[in-house]
Amino acid sequence: MNIIAKWYYRLGAPNWFYPLAGKMIPWVAAIFVALLIPGLYMGLVTAPADYQQGESFRIMYVHVPAAWLSMFVYAAMAIAAVVALVWRVRMAEIMIISSAPIGASFAFIALITGSLWGKPMWGAWWVWDARLTSELILFFIYLGIFALYNAIEDKQTAGKAMSILTLVGVINLPIIHYSVVWWNTLHQAATVSKFDTPSIHIDMLIPLLLMAAAFQFLYLLLLLMKMRANLLEQDLASGWVKKIVFERQKNLKK
Amino acid sequence: MAEFFHMGGYAFYVWMSFGISALVLLVNFLQPLLKHRQALREAEDYYSEV
Repeated sequence: MNIIAKWYYRLGAPNWFYPLAGKMIPWVAAIFVALLIPGLYMGLVTAPADYQQGESFRIMYVHVPAAWLSMFVYAAMAIAAVVALVWRVRMAEIMIISSAPIGASFAFIALITGSLWGKPMWGAWWVWDARLTSELILFFIYLGIFALYNAIEDKQTAGKAMSILTLVGVINLPIIHYSVVWWNTLHQAATVSKFDTPSIHIDMLIPLLLMAAAFQFLYLLLLLMKMRANLLEQDLASGWVKKIVFERQKNLKK
Repeated sequence: MAEFFHMGGYAFYVWMSFGISALVLLVNFLQPLLKHRQALREAEDYYSEV
């Protein structure tokens, strides 16, 4: 077996993944904090106020990373769904079910902060514009995936059904991204994620990129924590959990 | 400092945005901690009975 295949096989084994994730968690948390603190400071304090939107534009520093991540998490879940369906890797299913509540949270944050920005800027908490509506649908798809998995008792069937639903929902991602191009939306068009140079000042862009990177690591951190908890709960009666419990008790007696 | 918290008159919208986001993410952080601890306790009970 070549190295990649071996690594791939091991990653699919909970007795190998569980301690590895446990070792990674403090490092991922440290990188998250190291990105978050300067990102927040620059975003809230040193970035100059917007000439049109005043200080309210600072909402962007949670709104945009949350919205990006709400789509990134879904794309990651869709890749895992392919892996789960084609190669029957249970770990990929655990990854999807652990990601769904995190993705839902990012979508929720994007919607709420967008609303809090829309009220003073547009004069309305909510409008049925294509960008807002498609993001709301993404939020409901996340809830649907989570509910479906938990509604089916047999986890093998649940995993398969959830993976298929995840793949069906992928259609929403390009709709969200291109909604501001295809339709005449109230929501502004992209300023950073486009092929041209970003139409945003560098002093405003740097904290945005720091916050986006911080949110990436936060996703990884929460994902590892949730996967560990879900694995332990599901595999209660399996050999690798038994080993962990006995090793823990041995360490406690010392 | 007061000017910073005032946010040019947008204090409510800016601090609500950051506050709600922090709260939602904090719940996401605490939930797996509690679940992990509970799962570990259940596993210990399970194997002490066996």
